[in-house]
Amino acid sequence: MDLNTITEVVRRPSGRPGADWREGDTWLAGGTWLFSTEQPSLRRLIDLTALHWDPLVPSDAGLEIGATCTIRDLYAFARPGVGIAGTLFTKSCEAFLSSFKVWNSATVGGNICLSLPAGPMITLTVALEATYELWAPDGSARTVDALDFVTGDNQNILTPGEILRRIDIPARALRKRAAHRRFTLTRLGRSTVFLIGTQTPGASDLVLTVTAGTTRPVRIAFDTMPDARTLQQSIDVIPEEVWFADPNGTPDHRRHLTKHFAEEIRRELMAGGPA
Amino acid sequence: MTYVVNGKSFDEEPAPGQCLRTFLRSLGHYGVKKGCDAGDCGACTVWLDGDPIHSCITPAYRAEGREVTTIEGIGSPGELHPMQRQFRDAPGFQCGFCTAGMIMTSAAFTETQKENLPQALKGNLCRCTGYRGIEDAVKGVAGLATAAPGKAVGTSVGAPAADDVVTGRAEFTMDTHIEGMLHLKVVHSPHAHARIVSIDKTAALAVPGVQRVYTWEDVPRKRFTTAIHTDHLVDPDDTFILDNTVRFVGQRVVAVLADTVRAAEEGCRRVDVEYEVIPAVFDPEEAMADGAPQLHGAHDSFVRDPVHNILFEIHSHIGDIDAGFAEADVIHEGTYSSPRVQHAHLETHGSIAWMDNGRLNVRTSSQSPSIAKGKLAYLFALRPDQVRVFCKRVGGGFGGKQEVISEDLVALAALDTGRPVCFEYTREEEFTTASTRHPMTLTVKLGAKADGTLTAFQVRNVSNTGAYGNHGGETLHAGGAAVMIYRCPNKKYDAFSVYTNTIPGGALRGYGMTQPAFAVESAMDELARTLHIDPLELRRRNIVRPGDLLVAMHDGPEDVVIAEDGLAKCIDLVADAMARTDNEPPPGSGWLVGAGVASSVHETAPPTEHISEAWVTLGDDLMYELAVGTVEFGEGTSTAHVQIAANQLGTTPSRIRLVQSDTDRTGFDTGAFASAGLFVAGNAVLRAANAVRDRILELAAAHMGVRLAMCSMEETGVVCGDQRMSLAELVALARARGVRFTAARKAYGSPRSVTSNTQGFRIAVHRVTGEIRILYSVQATDAAVVINPAQVRGQVEGGVAQGIGFTLTENHHVDADGAMSNPNLRNYRIPTYADIPRTDVLLVDSADSFGPLRSKGIAECCINPVAPALANALHDATGVRYRALPLTPERIYSRLNQLNEDQPVPRNRAAEELSE
Repeated sequence: MDLNTITEVVRRPSGRPGADWREGDTWLAGGTWLFSTEQPSLRRLIDLTALHWDPLVPSDAGLEIGATCTIRDLYAFARPGVGIAGTLFTKSCEAFLSSFKVWNSATVGGNICLSLPAGPMITLTVALEATYELWAPDGSARTVDALDFVTGDNQNILTPGEILRRIDIPARALRKRAAHRRFTLTRLGRSTVFLIGTQTPGASDLVLTVTAGTTRPVRIAFDTMPDARTLQQSIDVIPEEVWFADPNGTPDHRRHLTKHFAEEIRRELMAGGPA
Repeated sequence: MTYVVNGKSFDEEPAPGQCLRTFLRSLGHYGVKKGCDAGDCGACTVWLDGDPIHSCITPAYRAEGREVTTIEGIGSPGELHPMQRQFRDAPGFQCGFCTAGMIMTSAAFTETQKENLPQALKGNLCRCTGYRGIEDAVKGVAGLATAAPGKAVGTSVGAPAADDVVTGRAEFTMDTHIEGMLHLKVVHSPHAHARIVSIDKTAALAVPGVQRVYTWEDVPRKRFTTAIHTDHLVDPDDTFILDNTVRFVGQRVVAVLADTVRAAEEGCRRVDVEYEVIPAVFDPEEAMADGAPQLHGAHDSFVRDPVHNILFEIHSHIGDIDAGFAEADVIHEGTYSSPRVQHAHLETHGSIAWMDNGRLNVRTSSQSPSIAKGKLAYLFALRPDQVRVFCKRVGGGFGGKQEVISEDLVALAALDTGRPVCFEYTREEEFTTASTRHPMTLTVKLGAKADGTLTAFQVRNVSNTGAYGNHGGETLHAGGAAVMIYRCPNKKYDAFSVYTNTIPGGALRGYGMTQPAFAVESAMDELARTLHIDPLELRRRNIVRPGDLLVAMHDGPEDVVIAEDGLAKCIDLVADAMARTDNEPPPGSGWLVGAGVASSVHETAPPTEHISEAWVTLGDDLMYELAVGTVEFGEGTSTAHVQIAANQLGTTPSRIRLVQSDTDRTGFDTGAFASAGLFVAGNAVLRAANAVRDRILELAAAHMGVRLAMCSMEETGVVCGDQRMSLAELVALARARGVRFTAARKAYGSPRSVTSNTQGFRIAVHRVTGEIRILYSVQATDAAVVINPAQVRGQVEGGVAQGIGFTLTENHHVDADGAMSNPNLRNYRIPTYADIPRTDVLLVDSADSFGPLRSKGIAECCINPVAPALANALHDATGVRYRALPLTPERIYSRLNQLNEDQPVPRNRAAEELSE
């Protein structure tokens, strides 16, 4: 929709934008969420896509994803055989409520910074133990664990003017085995719960990432594969207030589904299911 | 900077925060529609360098230097793009509002995407078709046929506007620009119940471009009803254009008129309203209790009990209900509730008004320009001849546009300023300020003999009409349809329509029958289980049959006649279809499978006054002009009217020129609702066409000296025995004799027939997650003589799909303060392609109708049996009865898990098969 309070768009910001950040500013990437709802407090858009950050840089160290990488580019990159990326990247893109037409514009970083519980790029990058590089307006940078970035529904640790520049997925995570489960109230709707379990090849560990059903991502790690009861207990101890209530699910149902699918993931990984 | 659209360069510059959708429309590309303005519905899809995108969430400036392609750019009438042709020929549209976006999306599909339409089409919403027609279009399946002269009825001819719809040329209300047009935006109440203490306009008026700020002090202090009926006395006069008391969150408080939408929005933000918040009540039972907050005063005698917020009540008792229960072998009682849901037509409400030679002109998205005109004349003290109201094509209605809720404000502002004024609803305003279905809670108590014969039938219905009473009383009356469907000597119906501080209910497909159908058909299913009688067999033993009186609330003279056993035939067809498809395996382990059925009957015209007039004229160009007031919003009446006229005049639809829905150019028409567009207006068309035909034949017979009975119409002339005269000769002859081939005829919605139907579902339910999957869907309907088979099928498919949405996914989530928390299509989930099964549509062989050529409308009633059939299937699958809609997984799973613990093997056939 038209954002009628916007008076200026910075279409070609400097390579290190943010120095003149002021109230009413916002970073613009794909714009697909920003333009989908009223934004009466905003006055200026600063277009990060003009910086042409490299979308996807694979290396021995892992995969570097520029924050303005589009979902389309990520989906196209996610070919089967690229480690677990082939499956998880594809499934995480398809977990968007939005259509492939939105993927043509929407970005990985935009989804993460929106910080909705159902953000599938959050699920993906937390499950793959990514770190995020953040740029502050004063020119400094910091690196944070993806798990610590989202703090609640539509809330994160970004300070005013701070930018998510890059997502780094370590190679060891890309080599892991994975299983995933997702549930939606409508057939291809927004996620009610989205879980990913990963396991180091040749080991019996389990890293379970719980998202969408919780207001922030929850990671539960075991050095060795837990029994069913232990796994269920590890979900039971998730604090009550973390379970999310919105039109896409109730806290009770989300906890119930999470426990059900966690057990399915446990069994799949124990059985040496799909890599 | 330069923008290139469809190969043409433009030097215009978008505003900084402007999206591509409005920029393209400002350049004249009106094929780019607004359904949601949020990237959810896909109606605005265009290509950017060949890639389909949602233009409403794309910053306009990003199109600079790139190639934009809109629906107008890929083909035109006569030179259709292949995908445009496929959408025309399937046909893949009804109202046509989503069509441009559907085509621009589908035409860009890769082969891989065509293999996975659920994913590929998930960003495109259609509220009309139920998606089968769209799937056919994408796959290139054609469903249309060409009519031979005089044989149009019974043929699946295409809609008259088809080429314009698929090329984006069909004009909807907002698809125009008038020089100097002002824009109106509204300030909404944040409180569920408040008195307005003061309104300070100063800051708003200081915004550059703001022209006027209207408050309750600036509008005619006249109470009216927004509901559209010919007889305005059937609704309470309880509404002001703007009021000094607000009674629901979202109610209009102030209207700001400005040069631009931007200035009007800013003006709205600057208006300072001081409210005195007063206690609110949201639940109708609480609203009826002593001491509840009172919404309305005693000024309107229509309101039965203002102190207890009772707008309207019905108490009827036929026979002796106590005696009926005393003689019953089995009694079933249950309470069933239906929530607040919405039409979600893809085109939002909107109107444009201007003055022309002192006359008020209103171009609007309405289901009845005639009644809207009458209301405006009343509100603004104008003579009827000083007002013109007309509709271009309308983007879906479903009853939502049987309401005057945008015309009044544009009329106010145009009369005040003398300038053109536009008011277009946002999608959020649709959800928070336009009408909804009335939430109803019904307690049904049935008594029956062991053989299933009903002995007592008692219903208590509490309907929540919301803050205003539009349609509150009539929907309560309509609920009687669910009571009249079964013969029973002892019936009792007690019903209350109650004011609460919630968004007003209104007309919605099914109109007060859908909620009672859910209750009664669920109760009948439960009764059948108690009696160990097959649910369809229980219905067969009790349904009304030819010769029976339709007894709901009173036992006396009536104008509804059942001549054939249509409902029984529907039941038999569904029974056969369900048996035939009984062998499908469940989707996997963990799934419970069950089947359910339900029936409904529906009168073919409303019980209130319904009048329509049609004019037919043979012009000098040898085209027949058919003028009729009925609006086209996807219900297909335009196609049917043209077919009826062509049929009677011995010609083809291509020789009928349709003029419609314009109070200056057509006669009076109550409106397209209650399936009356075919039943009533169609009769007017039939009679007018017959009258013109008879005049032509009489003149030809006289001229050739042959008996009238020897003469008949041909496509371009008249044949009298072995002689022939062309229409050209006849027109010339008539002109010479001062005769004109023109006739006007009126029709009235009485006597009436009934439409009946039966729906069957087979579903799978996941015993852990609560997910429902529909494995099979069938609806049999008694459409009597079918005018257009493809349209009948499409209407039923669309009604079933809408019903599935209302049953499985849709619900207004309202917080403790009465505000809706999901007012958008992202979180109010209408079905997508992926959610809707194909429905077998079965037509019974019947001619039981007083409609034109013994036809009758079926588009409304098809929705009524959907919810109970699904609830009955859910019970069959799980052994658990759910008596409150919607049937969403989070509401289902907890009781299934109790079942898993207490009752490992549900006692039903399907589950037994599963556990083997």
